[in-house]
Amino acid sequence: MSVLVWIEQNQNGVVPNSFEVLGKAKEIAAALGTQTVAAILGDSASGVETVRQYGPDVVLAVTGPVLANYRLSAYTAALRKAVEAAGATVVLTAATVRGREVAAMLAGQLDAGYAPDVIDLRVENGRLVAVRSVYSNNILADVMFNSPIQVVSVRPRSFPMPEPGAPGGEVRTLDPGLAESDVKEKVLEVRSTDTGEISLTDASIIVSGGRGVAQDPAKGFALVTELANVLGAAVGASRAAVDAGYIPYKHQVGQTGKTVKPDLYIAAGISGAIQHLAGMGGSKVIVAINKDPEAPIFEKANYGIVGDLFQVLPALTAEFKKRLGK
Amino acid sequence: MKVVVLVKQTPDTAELPKVSAEDVRSGKIKATMVINPWDEFAVEEAILLGDRYDVESVAISMGSPDAVDALKHALAMGVGSAALIDGSALSGGDMWTTAAALAAAVKAQGADLVLTGKQSVDDNSGAVYAGVAAQLGWPMVSAVTKIVDISNGQITVERMVEGAQETISVPLPAVISVGKEINEPRYPSFMGIRKASKAVIPSTPAAELGIASGSGKTQWTNIRKPEERKTKCVIIEGATVEEKAAKLVDALLAEKVI
Repeated sequence: MSVLVWIEQNQNGVVPNSFEVLGKAKEIAAALGTQTVAAILGDSASGVETVRQYGPDVVLAVTGPVLANYRLSAYTAALRKAVEAAGATVVLTAATVRGREVAAMLAGQLDAGYAPDVIDLRVENGRLVAVRSVYSNNILADVMFNSPIQVVSVRPRSFPMPEPGAPGGEVRTLDPGLAESDVKEKVLEVRSTDTGEISLTDASIIVSGGRGVAQDPAKGFALVTELANVLGAAVGASRAAVDAGYIPYKHQVGQTGKTVKPDLYIAAGISGAIQHLAGMGGSKVIVAINKDPEAPIFEKANYGIVGDLFQVLPALTAEFKKRLGK
Repeated sequence: MKVVVLVKQTPDTAELPKVSAEDVRSGKIKATMVINPWDEFAVEEAILLGDRYDVESVAISMGSPDAVDALKHALAMGVGSAALIDGSALSGGDMWTTAAALAAAVKAQGADLVLTGKQSVDDNSGAVYAGVAAQLGWPMVSAVTKIVDISNGQITVERMVEGAQETISVPLPAVISVGKEINEPRYPSFMGIRKASKAVIPSTPAAELGIASGSGKTQWTNIRKPEERKTKCVIIEGATVEEKAAKLVDALLAEKVI
């Protein structure tokens, strides 16, 4: 018996969300009276020492040339081997695109219960309970399992990022026993789309713009971006702003866009439609900047400035620059 | 080439906020039901593939008899035919129960390619199609933003993951889930709607596909609405915009969120 976490890697090394999951996995394993196993897959054992700083009981390095690039079928097969070798009864991944598909495929192949994109986990009477946010964040449900193996993917920022410490944990290696001919996919190209921007789902601060930029959308979002840059924040947008073509879809926050959970969410010129609130209502502190004192966003905000974003944003940027010494 | 599009009937996204916990518990959702918006991208892509290749497209849904409306929407958009798996007699199932039923239907259709949306707006799981691929032993690619080519029994696609775009090639038959970036779904034409309204959609009880009740590996309990965010908004006052900005920055630094 063990709790196994898939440690995802990309071109920049270990995906930090994996450590959020590993931190929680240790709590779950303690409550179940078992060990935490961090499974790291690749063509070499690079990354193992980084993972050891986050204190799993065992780091299981599954290495083979077939695992050089992430490929769903190869990684699922290797994880199945790892689950077997570790006697894992709980398998956790970060709910990234890859983490979600590999968890779903693994659970599907094992006919195991699967809870996708969960926002909380606990152990009750010796059983794992996963909390899901469904109906696009309008309903919560506890997921109970009745399969010997339970698979879960965890929404980014659901759990705090643990601090790295002195390396610990036993390192084991495992041969996935896979030949190139066993793998169906060919990865023809991986093109980085990393522009150095902070991603919305990982951001601890988000500055978003909405329809309020309409009089000059390009300038409006330039002001949003300037403030975001000073704060090291990600840039978000309401659906209205995306539908109007002011900014690409990848910035959309809300029911049909991204669900975010930053410490600070600054909404500039966003009225606060219920669909937008569904995507950012979990933010710790919300600041609303809006010309309309009756805008519903003020009902959900902790702080509000009634005013024109074209004046308020530059003033805020200047003030933060001064205070943060930038 | 036979393309099966998997569609689900879901509440209209605009009405999701009014779905109650009791609605979800009972399964009787009191909201306008539509084709899952993410699945519209898959339907559109199946139709667009028909312009590029010799394609026979079929939309399949597993659900209650009401789900024929979602299938009629797919027909009105332009898919060739539609079929329903009637799951109304099933209870105690989960995503894998649905996947098993759909996999059986896909196999019976002799599909070369399965297309579907990246997830449903109600269950938000993005897992059913993975279950279909797992059941059939077919390769799967999720979050596809472009179908580059289909030739020599291979499909080549582009897809987005965090921080990267991948170009991947897999052998057919395969399961593909598509993202919003792939196309712009069309509105059904008047002629399409008329044709769809007259269509008789065959319905097969899930039991006939060998699907039994009580096979779920997970179940939902304690279904509830999220707690309302309770905040008292402090409106920052000041003589000038600079003064307001300074006061807000004071407050945010005190909150330790910067």
